Amino acid sequence: MSTILNVEHVGMRFGGLTAISDLHFDVHEGEILSLIGPNGAGKTTAFNIMSGFLKPTQGRVVFRGRDLAKTRPNEITRLGLARTFQRTSVFADDTVLDNVLIGLHRFGSPGLLDRLLPTPGARAAEKAARARAEEIIDLVGLSHRAQELAGSLSYGEQRLVGFALALATEPRMLLLDEPVSGMNASETQGFVRLIRKVRGEGVSILLVEHDMPMVMEVSDRIVCLNYGRLIAEGSPAEIRNNPAVIEAYLGKSAARLEEKEAAHA
Amino acid sequence: MTKLLAPLFLVAAALLPLVLKDPYLLNALIITGIFTICAMSLNLLLGFTGQLSLGHVAFFGIGAYVSALTALGFDVGLPFGLRVTYEGGDPIVGFLLAIVITGLTGFLIGRLSFRVRGAYFVIVTISFAEVVRLVALNWVELTQGPLALTSIPNMTLPLPGLGELTLRSKVENYYLVLVVAALSYLVVGGLVASRFGRAMRGLKENESLALSLGINATRTLTIAATISAAMAGAAGSLYAHYIRIIDPDVFLFSYTVTMVIMVVAGGKGTLAGPLVGGLIFGLLPVALRPVMAPEAQWIVYGAILIAILFVMPKGIVPALETLTRRKAPKAAPGKPLEAGARP
Repeated sequence: MSTILNVEHVGMRFGGLTAISDLHFDVHEGEILSLIGPNGAGKTTAFNIMSGFLKPTQGRVVFRGRDLAKTRPNEITRLGLARTFQRTSVFADDTVLDNVLIGLHRFGSPGLLDRLLPTPGARAAEKAARARAEEIIDLVGLSHRAQELAGSLSYGEQRLVGFALALATEPRMLLLDEPVSGMNASETQGFVRLIRKVRGEGVSILLVEHDMPMVMEVSDRIVCLNYGRLIAEGSPAEIRNNPAVIEAYLGKSAARLEEKEAAHA
Repeated sequence: MTKLLAPLFLVAAALLPLVLKDPYLLNALIITGIFTICAMSLNLLLGFTGQLSLGHVAFFGIGAYVSALTALGFDVGLPFGLRVTYEGGDPIVGFLLAIVITGLTGFLIGRLSFRVRGAYFVIVTISFAEVVRLVALNWVELTQGPLALTSIPNMTLPLPGLGELTLRSKVENYYLVLVVAALSYLVVGGLVASRFGRAMRGLKENESLALSLGINATRTLTIAATISAAMAGAAGSLYAHYIRIIDPDVFLFSYTVTMVIMVVAGGKGTLAGPLVGGLIFGLLPVALRPVMAPEAQWIVYGAILIAILFVMPKGIVPALETLTRRKAPKAAPGKPLEAGARP
């Protein structure tokens, strides 16, 4: 299976603080890979490095064979690697429709004349963009909210707007930072169906999430981080029973307890 | 309904000189119009991208000087014994040159300062305006320094097949300013409604998110600065050919402050805001003149600004919009995509 993203021995240091010491993993074409780990394990830092908002102090990130060391965030998006943000990230003062239209930015006609004058070309492009935006809003199930201000939606719905924005860039790969935090159980189920559908269209997905049942259900593979380094990698079943993972989440004594139980069984 | 307001306003403004003959009032309206164009151009940056340019008067002043010098001609010595002599030409050429040169200046300032934003941009723009003012003051051979450039010709419009029209009277200049202001309004309106306008709004509301969507921040802001500067330059050119005398005082910081007040009081980030703010603060001196001295007027200026922002923190136009929306609920702009309600 070919890989779409390679994280190669990435380290990130903020002054004396080592947020990530040596992170190394690959994401395969078309898979859903989850990145898990306790709070402060370096997941969001890893995310910010992959999307270009931070530059690693060592190692490199390669997306579709291209080193991202000198690539700016907006250019990374244009290469086909899109991200969502952990905290709600929408253009709160714009309608949902306008939000997605902003997300479609990279597909507009860039001519200066079209910027200043409503030329026929610009009008046609505008119409196509609107149709595409409505399609995306429909896909995430927010059609009935399209004309409302994004800031007035519920938390879970705002997460969907954030997801729609990332989709609007037509990514080859999506980085999702805790997409279902703040969603209730049925919204989470809806979201799981949604990312499966998107993956079905060939988009690879890297997921950071705390909702373990959701992670176990949706992931093809899981990598687990703690203290800025990779401690385990494998299928959901392997990760679930990995002592190092259990220790990271529940502490040493719990891990020992699990071992004992396993020995008794 | 609100879509009709702008054309109605334009018609009213166009009919005004038919009833208003007082030259003092016409003069006040012309100057107000010129500063309103400046306010609209500043609003493009401050209101729609969120970047505060406190040196906006530099573009106004450069536009005025470029246009005046193009009309008057000059003869200056340069280093290495070079001399540049220029006879002088049509004011309309000066007007176009003013737009091009201030646009280029805005582009360069944007390129230099948008890598660092926020406070840095504010400082760069203030310093830039001050440097330009000092150049205008001290490059006496070119600008005559404090002696001012005088006898600047009135704007002359070439009329195909009919010769030329020199705009000498106040009424003619009034219409010229009105046309340029209307065009500026259309340019800003078109920009804001376009894909480019959405990119500006996105950057202002949430820069990280906008970047993550592939929007190039530096490029977008630089284009906005270029267009904004060019509009201020056009206003400066109108000013030079109307007043017919300019000195380095066209770079005064207080002019920038006036523009900022107009934008902020009217409502930054709205199309009509600078227009409303421009009219109020442009015509306030006229209303106050019979009752108090110019020095005292500044106090009233300040008091009115504070009062406006206290009652309407976002400015007059956004406050009115909220008011009308509350009166007519569910008169949402555009039509909903789907009538389905959420259970």
